[in-house]
Amino acid sequence: MSFLPYAVAIWLFVVGLYGIVTSRNLLHQIISLSVLQASTYVLLLAIGFRRGAAAPVFADIPANRAAVDPIVQALSLTDVVVGATVTALLLAIAVQLHKRTGSLDPEALRRWPEGRETEDGARGLSDGRATHGWRPPTG
Amino acid sequence: MTVRTRRAVFLLAAAVLAAVLAWAFGGLPHFGASRPSSGLTLNQLAVPQRHITDVVTAVNFDYRGFDTLGEEFIFFAAVLGTALILRPKLAERPGHVADYATGRAVPPTSDAVRVIGLGLTPPTVVFGLYVIAHGHLTPGGGFQGGVVVATAVLLIYLAGEFEDLHGLYTEVALERAEAIGAAGYVGVGLLGLAAGGVFLQNVLPLGQTGSVFSAGVVPLINLSVGLEITAGLVLLLTNFLHQVIVLRPGARSAPTALPPRV
Amino acid sequence: MSALEITILLFVGAGGTCVVATRDPLRQAMVASLFGILLGILFFVLQAPDVALSEIVVGAVALPLMILLSLAKIRGGPR
Repeated sequence: MSFLPYAVAIWLFVVGLYGIVTSRNLLHQIISLSVLQASTYVLLLAIGFRRGAAAPVFADIPANRAAVDPIVQALSLTDVVVGATVTALLLAIAVQLHKRTGSLDPEALRRWPEGRETEDGARGLSDGRATHGWRPPTG
Repeated sequence: MTVRTRRAVFLLAAAVLAAVLAWAFGGLPHFGASRPSSGLTLNQLAVPQRHITDVVTAVNFDYRGFDTLGEEFIFFAAVLGTALILRPKLAERPGHVADYATGRAVPPTSDAVRVIGLGLTPPTVVFGLYVIAHGHLTPGGGFQGGVVVATAVLLIYLAGEFEDLHGLYTEVALERAEAIGAAGYVGVGLLGLAAGGVFLQNVLPLGQTGSVFSAGVVPLINLSVGLEITAGLVLLLTNFLHQVIVLRPGARSAPTALPPRV
Repeated sequence: MSALEITILLFVGAGGTCVVATRDPLRQAMVASLFGILLGILFFVLQAPDVALSEIVVGAVALPLMILLSLAKIRGGPR
């Protein structure tokens, strides 16, 4: 049972990766990426945890009280904020990509811009607002 | 390869990956086991050395201040990249500023949302500033407090209209604030150099443990990081809102920057 | 391990699975917000209040907001 935190970290990593690999929607991929990032936070904090220790804030506890590892917390803390901002950057790219091509499907976007065919004839999701003359092929 | 083949290959690879990771993590010490580490040594040292009670903030801005400088600039670059990507294109024009929803009439903002939004905004701002200012005493700091203050701006938008944000700030002022925040961190580091030490050395008087003016340069760094995160997130929000609410796809009469790809 | 730790770890694992299993981005944004709160609780249980504060503020507010704004742009505006 003491392996559970590491097992959850592995599970989140694999699940997030599955979401990215088998996704048909760019936004779904981006949110799965954030699940992947969460697995690293869980792993780091699980490594830093000490049973019976308090949080590493000595404002109201005596300074010689046992506390958990603060270095992994420092890593995770900045990573959470910065990771969300990079996710915002990815969302901006997805928005502009949709504006240019009218599609959010990674399968259909594989054929943009050279126009080469893929084997399975993936179809795109278009709401009819494609610009620049390129439309994802139907059928 | 087809999607089905890709899924099968991935499941196989994921099983191998999970097995290898499980074997690797099996070599880690047991969850919660007590063992010495540099972090635990820092727990003993931070309070007497730096007169700081929040050891995580001490690690972030004092012992490992240089790494946090890099993280802050990742944030800066990501906001810059988003602003660049979401800039108005030649074929887009600012349209009538109005909230919309696809396929149905937009109901006016209800009174409950207005009251709650406006009522919660000042406490959120105060709480965010408290979290920024007391980052070296209690859990908090520039990163968390900056996001809280940016949330207050979001509350103003939710309670009102997008034009209300125009009266609050201009984009140029936000960009300057963000730049000042980012440069402030470097400036505090140069302060250490100017005082004859190393970059980002804690050269200000350490003060008394537990008071707001303690821990040397850490409150200054907290303030500049808080300013940068707030301004950066509000810029991010403004860029996205501008895209959604203001910009409309323009007529095709305007020449686009790139030739069409057919 | 205490029951609290086991429970919250299982919830986080289930939450991550739900986020990936929800294919519609609009619903996924809401599930991601809930996942952020669950992660915040887990970090709190693991004695990391700084990280929990960060995760709650970012993962429950800022991230779903940006996803919703992107969706609003993508779903189309007034023609």
